[in-house]
Amino acid sequence: MADKLPEDEIIKRESRYLRGTIAEGLADDATGALAEADTKLTKFHGSYQQDDRDVRDERRKQKLEPLYMHMVRLRIPGGVLSPDQWLGLDDVSDECANHTLRLTTRQTFQFHGVFKNKMRTLMQRVNAVGIDSKGACGDVNRNVVSNVNPHESQLHAEIHRLSTEISERLMWRSSAYAEIWLGEECVHRVGEEEEPFYSYCYLPRKFKIALAVPPENDADVFANDIGLIAIVEGGKLRGFNIAVGGGMGTTYGEPETYPRLGEVAGFVPAEQAADACVAITAIQRDHGCRTNRSHARFKYTMDDYGMAWFHERFREYHGQAMEEARPYEFDHNGDRFGWVEGENGNSHLTLHIDSGRIADWDGYPLRTGLREIAKVHTGEFRITCNQNLVLANVTPQQKGPIQALVDQYGLRDGTRATPLARNAMSCVAFPTCGLAMAESERYLPTLVEKLDGLMGKVGFSDQPINVRVTGCPNGCARPYLGEIGLTGKALGKYNLYLGADHKGERMNRLYRENIDETTIFGILEPMLERYAKERESGEYFGDFLVRAGIVEGERLPSMFHEALTTE
Amino acid sequence: MLAKLVIYNRCLFLLELTTQNSPLTEEQARQLNELLKGLEGHQIDWLSGYIAGWRASQVGQPAAGASGAVPSAETPSLTVLYGSQTGNAEGVAELLGEKAKARGIKATIVDMADYKPRQLKSESFVAILASTHGEGDPPDSAIEFHEFLHSRKAPGLKGVHYGVLALGDTSYEHFCQTGKDFDSRFSDLGATALTERVDCDLDYDDPAEAWVESMLSAIEAKAGASAPAAAPGAGAPGTAAKSAYNRRNPFPAPVLENLVLNGRGSNKETRHIELSLEDSGLNYKPGDAVGIYPQNNPRLVAAIIERLGLDVEETVALSEGEATLADSLRHYREITVLTRPLLEQWAGHSGDAQLQKLVEDHGALTEWMRGRDLLDLIEAWPVEGMGADTLTAMLRKLPPRLYSIASSQAAVDEEVHMTIATVRYETHGREREGVASTWLSDRLEDEKTVPVYIDPNKNFKLPEDDDAPIIMIGPGTGVAPFRSFMQEREERGAKGRSWLFFGEQHFHSDFLYQSEWLNWRRQGLLEHVTGAFSRDQEEKVYVQNRIRDYATEIWSWLQDGAYLYVCGDADAMAPDVNEALIDVVALEGNRGRDVATEYLRDLAREKRYQRDVY
Ligand code: SRM
Ligand SMILES: Cc1cc2nc3c(=O)[nH]c(=O)nc-3n(C[C@H](O)[C@H](O)[C@H](O)COP(=O)(O)OP(=O)(O)OC[C@H]3O[C@@H](n4cnc5c(N)ncnc54)[C@H](O)[C@@H]3O)c2cc1C
Ligand SMILES: Cc1cc2nc3c(=O)[nH]c(=O)nc-3n(C[C@H](O)[C@H](O)[C@H](O)COP(=O)(O)O)c2cc1C
Ligand code: SF4
Repeated sequence: MADKLPEDEIIKRESRYLRGTIAEGLADDATGALAEADTKLTKFHGSYQQDDRDVRDERRKQKLEPLYMHMVRLRIPGGVLSPDQWLGLDDVSDECANHTLRLTTRQTFQFHGVFKNKMRTLMQRVNAVGIDSKGACGDVNRNVVSNVNPHESQLHAEIHRLSTEISERLMWRSSAYAEIWLGEECVHRVGEEEEPFYSYCYLPRKFKIALAVPPENDADVFANDIGLIAIVEGGKLRGFNIAVGGGMGTTYGEPETYPRLGEVAGFVPAEQAADACVAITAIQRDHGCRTNRSHARFKYTMDDYGMAWFHERFREYHGQAMEEARPYEFDHNGDRFGWVEGENGNSHLTLHIDSGRIADWDGYPLRTGLREIAKVHTGEFRITCNQNLVLANVTPQQKGPIQALVDQYGLRDGTRATPLARNAMSCVAFPTCGLAMAESERYLPTLVEKLDGLMGKVGFSDQPINVRVTGCPNGCARPYLGEIGLTGKALGKYNLYLGADHKGERMNRLYRENIDETTIFGILEPMLERYAKERESGEYFGDFLVRAGIVEGERLPSMFHEALTTE
Repeated sequence: MLAKLVIYNRCLFLLELTTQNSPLTEEQARQLNELLKGLEGHQIDWLSGYIAGWRASQVGQPAAGASGAVPSAETPSLTVLYGSQTGNAEGVAELLGEKAKARGIKATIVDMADYKPRQLKSESFVAILASTHGEGDPPDSAIEFHEFLHSRKAPGLKGVHYGVLALGDTSYEHFCQTGKDFDSRFSDLGATALTERVDCDLDYDDPAEAWVESMLSAIEAKAGASAPAAAPGAGAPGTAAKSAYNRRNPFPAPVLENLVLNGRGSNKETRHIELSLEDSGLNYKPGDAVGIYPQNNPRLVAAIIERLGLDVEETVALSEGEATLADSLRHYREITVLTRPLLEQWAGHSGDAQLQKLVEDHGALTEWMRGRDLLDLIEAWPVEGMGADTLTAMLRKLPPRLYSIASSQAAVDEEVHMTIATVRYETHGREREGVASTWLSDRLEDEKTVPVYIDPNKNFKLPEDDDAPIIMIGPGTGVAPFRSFMQEREERGAKGRSWLFFGEQHFHSDFLYQSEWLNWRRQGLLEHVTGAFSRDQEEKVYVQNRIRDYATEIWSWLQDGAYLYVCGDADAMAPDVNEALIDVVALEGNRGRDVATEYLRDLAREKRYQRDVY
């Protein structure tokens, strides 16, 4: 490693502000791929080059290149969009993608299976409904997520406004996006700074910001580089406690990489919140590690320099110090399903979407159902960080018609799925994710069904347990915050993590490495039996495991890779 | 080798072969002197050619003369092959490289993905560094190399010295599987291990370094003694050889590979078939075709015999000799195509007036015969009591089918590759099958052999001048010879620019050999790959459209002396492409159409416009 810059760092610096040769690559019709280096740049534009891994090997034998296609992720701060935008995106999924929409764990949409020759059209159609994909991926600030907080509409409006402001202020500026995708002329004048904030080096790595309104932590603020915790006093938003240095990603066999929960550093008044985020991002821009990408996240910067250092830098960059953190209390990081009444007389319906995948399955026309709802709905759609969907601000008159559609299309308003299923999350993994080592989205239904069976057997199907599955250790479904977490090691094999709390404040820990389903259930059954017998009222599974000493609570990052048991 | 022998021959008239002036034993020298004395000059020339050819067909086994120990002074050269997914094995490979140089050992580090496995047999020292992935699988970049070694194409590795470092993770069931595979396979193929294989867990640095040291010491020891000599490089076998096989005496070629090139969702079935020519002495040049003797479909044969009420076992006398009726119709006679003489004789036998009328009406007869076969004829005009001999006497011999060769011997040694579109269609309410193409695709088990011969084509040849630009137009299976052209030019290190026009229905499923074209483009050997995929958009797009799109560039290539090659469908494609080329010349060279046509004729005369259409 030494301190020579990694390839990704060089590519981005030499990209002429994210232009590279993307345009030329799009014009090359002999391959469905873009130039290697450009695939790093398209991330900043919100797109990942992928290939259908289900057919990779068969195509290699057939002397065909992999079935290249792109994933496009949108920037939707706070996950709020209008019914018209919904309809627009729904059309796009048919015209340019694989006929599905994918709600992500960061409150936005992903299109999958977008072939190179469809990318421009897609970007333009999305742009036409007033949405973009700028910085949805890449070494910049990602989609800003916030609590969907359906009931308190006034507060939600403020939180959402702030999410949008932060997202806009930390958006990259180069006109590469407009030139490449929207066909605009190059408007850049020599000498003019194309990236006033990021400069030509952008950030060392991805950067993530989340906002929560206690007691709800559905945004999992502690898994983010910056977590803003709203402090509401006397019904007014006073400001935010700021947690710094959270992140989930890690790599097997590399102890120097680990997931880390953000630490609360202090408090800033509401009107300073956006400035504070910009200041902290700037600290990471200037001090984050650029020579080793697997050490380049803000969480490592925090561990390298420490909290005291951070406070000084913050004063320096922000112009004034943080105040003492204020008290707050989280009670859960899930979603509340079904209808809730809002303070403004409107009501809100939270629907459960399995792994966030919106498609028309035989017997379950989810996409069509939501499309029909979008046609009559006058409020907005809100995507949750748990890959679910809120129909927000449904007027009293419309409640009936919308419930009718929900019933007609059998949408999962919480009455249909079990508590376990409702709280389960998985990342995408196969066949699109290039990093997947095991199935995840395609495995979750089986896993949940079997777990439900087990729950029934030990006799409490009513108990929500937070199950999170990913296809690799990167942590896209925040598995280390699941009461039961599985991360893929190889096809059919997972690492089993146990004992997180139910509110995103305590991580689970590695229980057993690289085991198959039978072994997983062999381990869980006796634990669930004990839990059924010994749990205190209202006690969650993760908390029980810790109280019963089956897994111990807090752990040092250095212990993260050590399995509790090997047999 | 050839040169050597000829020289001996020349000298012979002056001096005798002895143990001093030849590598021969006394006895061998004596016998050879005897023999050679008795031979005329032309006989000696033939013999020298024959021996050379025979030697060439032995390529791979070091010639007896060559395998003597080379001076220990020569610095040993080590080839370091790594298969790495996440870079660990690659890292160790680099370490090995540095340490080797430090010790004065010449080391070449190659990713298994970029290594030509056929070189393996000519290596002296090989280091294998491989990790294991999936469920005991090789890293992606090593899959092909791993497959090749475990395939029946794997060469003998006698004289090769090797060592294996395996990277893995003990938490996996198949710990270091890939490394283990390589180790056992190398020794099975006759290679000698330099040092024990080392299997590393995730924390591999120390064991890896120790392995590196012991590898290098082992090499020094061996090289100090006597480095094994490299076997003769795999080049195109000497052309002097006269093969015993030809059109009349086809070579039964074992099938090495038989796979469908079209991806999921395609309407096409195009096969890539590889045959072995090992020990046949058959040689070919890019542009040549291979001839295949197919077999008729037994089901059709049975139906015909049954309809005629004849006995399958009955023996009939053919010009080729005696055979059962079933075999005659399956192997030797044409039963899928009707001919005028056949119908005339048939009319004679049946005496049916209506058939007689048809036979006399030229146009009507041609029309009737199209898309019909012998079974249709029998059903339309049954002839009672026709004997088996009478039947076979009326039928034509089953003709061989030709296929443009899709490989270059410079690249594949004693193999020949073909690209074959399976012919299936329905006429007159019955499913019909192309004889050869469906025999190869449906009715040929892997281990069966295919009777083949080489059909040279001197009118479809690469320019002598390796610097000359070439434009290759080959939609569908027409692309086959261009794969051979590119393989040849790559092996020859030809500098000339090349441009491929390919067309098919769908980009995603029908881009035959796509990954190979892209590889050549990446290496800079192929400048442009221009595709025309007719069914990917509203309006149909064919190669001729793309040729017109690129008129300016094509014209300037022609100005630079480019050669034009067209291969594939003769009925529609070739004429349309010809029209397009005329347009290009007329437009860009602003000439009248007839002048442009003449211009192309001249190109053809200069052999700068060559076609292989069918
Ligand atoms: C779609 C999504 C999972 C989902 O099911 O919703 C997702 C999908 C992918 N993530 Fe993620 N990540 C997603 C949320 C997360 C989260 C959760 C979060 O942000 O709250 C994390 C953990 C938090 C964190 O960042 O530490 C996460 C940590 C990663 C990492 C590891 C980063 C690290 O610091 O090590 C990678 C790999 C990388 O960046 O090198 C990654 C990479 C990927 C890629 C792009 C794979 C790749 O790099 O080629 C995945 C695309 C799969 C596909 O086919 O769509 N994704 N990813 C989520 C999209 C969020 C969004 O809209 O922006
Ligand atoms: C020099 C040369 C090179 C060649 N190279 C190749 C090559 O590289 N790849 C390749 O695939 N082929 C190539 N061919 C063609 C090949 O020789 C065979 O003609 C082809 O494979 C069909 O042979 P078959 O025995 O399968 O079909 P056959 O039994 O010969 O049947 C083919 C005949 O069926 C009839 N027929 C076909 N389709 C229909 C239809 N839809 N309706 C009515 N009648 C129909 C036509 O009369 C056609 O001639 C080449 C031919 C030549 C002369
Ligand atoms: C998806 C995956 C599957 C793996 N499967 C195996 C395995 O089956 N057996 C094994 O010994 N090691 C396995 N490993 C471990 C790797 O071989 C090990 O990490 C090695 O150091 C990687 O070396 P490389 O970076 O050169 O690929 C696996 C690793 C990954 C990421
Ligand atoms: S967790 Fe791993 S497998 Fe799942 S989406 Fe993220 S990167 Fe892909």
